[in-house]
Amino acid sequence: MFPAPIQKRSQAAQITYQTFLPLALLLWLAPLLAVAIFSIKPDADFVNANYWGWPTSFEGAVNYGKVFFDSDMPRYLLNSVLITVPTVIGAVALSSMTGFALGIYKFRSNLWIFFMFVAGNFVPFQILMVPVRDLTLDLGLYNTKTGLVLFHIAFQTGFCTLFMRNFIRALPFELIEAARVEGVAEWRIFWYVVLPLMKPALAALSVLIFTFIWNDYFWAVVLTQGAESQPVTAGITSFNAQYRAAYHLMSAGSIVAAIPPVAMFFLMQKHFIAGLTLGAVK
Amino acid sequence: MTAVADATRIETKSWFHRNQQTIAPWLFLAPGVLFFLVYVIAPIFQSFNISLYEWDGLGQAEYIGFRNYEDLYWEYVDRDAFFISLKNNLIWLIMYLLAIPAGLFIALFLNQTVFGIRLYKSLFFFPFVISQVVVGLVFTWFYDPTFGLLNNILSVFGAGPINVLGNENLVTYGIIVAGLWPQTAYCMILYLTGLNAVDPEQIEAGRLDGAKGWRMLWHVVLPQLRPATFIAFVVTIIGALRSFDLISIMTEGGPFGSSRVLAFYMFEVALSEYGFRMGYGAAIAVVLFLIMMCFIAYFLWSMYRDEKR
Repeated sequence: MFPAPIQKRSQAAQITYQTFLPLALLLWLAPLLAVAIFSIKPDADFVNANYWGWPTSFEGAVNYGKVFFDSDMPRYLLNSVLITVPTVIGAVALSSMTGFALGIYKFRSNLWIFFMFVAGNFVPFQILMVPVRDLTLDLGLYNTKTGLVLFHIAFQTGFCTLFMRNFIRALPFELIEAARVEGVAEWRIFWYVVLPLMKPALAALSVLIFTFIWNDYFWAVVLTQGAESQPVTAGITSFNAQYRAAYHLMSAGSIVAAIPPVAMFFLMQKHFIAGLTLGAVK
Repeated sequence: MTAVADATRIETKSWFHRNQQTIAPWLFLAPGVLFFLVYVIAPIFQSFNISLYEWDGLGQAEYIGFRNYEDLYWEYVDRDAFFISLKNNLIWLIMYLLAIPAGLFIALFLNQTVFGIRLYKSLFFFPFVISQVVVGLVFTWFYDPTFGLLNNILSVFGAGPINVLGNENLVTYGIIVAGLWPQTAYCMILYLTGLNAVDPEQIEAGRLDGAKGWRMLWHVVLPQLRPATFIAFVVTIIGALRSFDLISIMTEGGPFGSSRVLAFYMFEVALSEYGFRMGYGAAIAVVLFLIMMCFIAYFLWSMYRDEKR
């Protein structure tokens, strides 16, 4: 193990490490903690410029209550869910098929198609912006959740294919050969042999795509406007415009917007990290 | 014998069954490839085409050849916009790479087995999970000249106050620091995973040879972390060139356009209140695309080498 385990060091070194650990964490998360503290302060504290002093009262319930019952926030949250969940399903479904095709079959254009997906996944969004916006307008899907979902599915298929294909490559190929010898049809091999083995990849991709799409801001701004279709990342800016300088509410709103992916991460941590670090170890 | 048996069986099956293994991959690929072609590949070429026109997005588009690019180069339309954006992109690219050593440093710091370390690792990773919009808001308040945490800390040391986001020379660096926060967390998790897989025998061998500290890190550990470093480079470079959310949230390119990057400038030209100059915007996008393509080509080439090995 590198660096050498702290247990092998002197008592003093161990105590220093154990004290530095929480301090470093506190420092690392300080900007976020500040917002969390803001979100439970009363309005009066900000009027009286008591930004960093002890809160004169704890108004967490009031502030968060306002966010949930007195603003468009629940609307935005619902939109985010309705955009994120179909995207996850769509992208994972499409890419498990493309990943299967590219991972299992040997044909001449295989690597080129694979590289098309990989390269497309790295392209700057701006080169797609004008044509995708036009296409969405032409389809009559501008400012709809469907328009956003369709684009997200297509774009995320790039990353997901990269992921799925590499995962399927690592599966034991003998299983597929054995099934073929038995005369099992190819789509049955996909459905009954490969898909069950891909469960960890499906889980990892689902949490990753959930987080990516939930946190998307650029496409939300390009393809939607207004509370009826905008997700929470775009909604938070209008929320902030509505409560300008009401820092306690803006803080509470930001925290609410951040919670779903955070919860997803903590619930599915193992899969999440496995997904993010795919390829970091040979 | 099996060949004979196979042959007789194939005779009796339909054309589809006989050619199953050639057709099947294309059927599996079709929906994904179709979607990807329509929404990602075709738009790249369309953008190239649009960049040759003057077009407000609604009316008739007028073909003007390379004039959008000439306007960009000579900055006829927006004074001090294109080259400032380009320069800021370069600053982003260089500064953002700091996430890699910083992530490695934190990973080394956390790669211990003490009580509660798993929770510490998760909490250090935290910034990556929250949206850049929230990160932007958090750091806007962190930098706020009247009540921000930064100036509170500075005043303890008798310094400040400084208005980071209002200062033309500091603003880009201020935003980059905000971006480094989640990016460092990402690199950290890559390295933590990499460190987990480092071969303990090689470490022991290194120790016996008297290597420790920096020498051990440089000569024994880092070579084994190469795959993690490669991915860290890929995601950091792409992330740096894609920077948009933070700039849009924190400064909207200001003050006086001094924190623009190409990604934001393009959006501003094509879609904001100044805008609807689609052709001009597309030209900016093409420039950004060509810059990114250099890196993408390199990444693909590395992947190709690995595939062939």
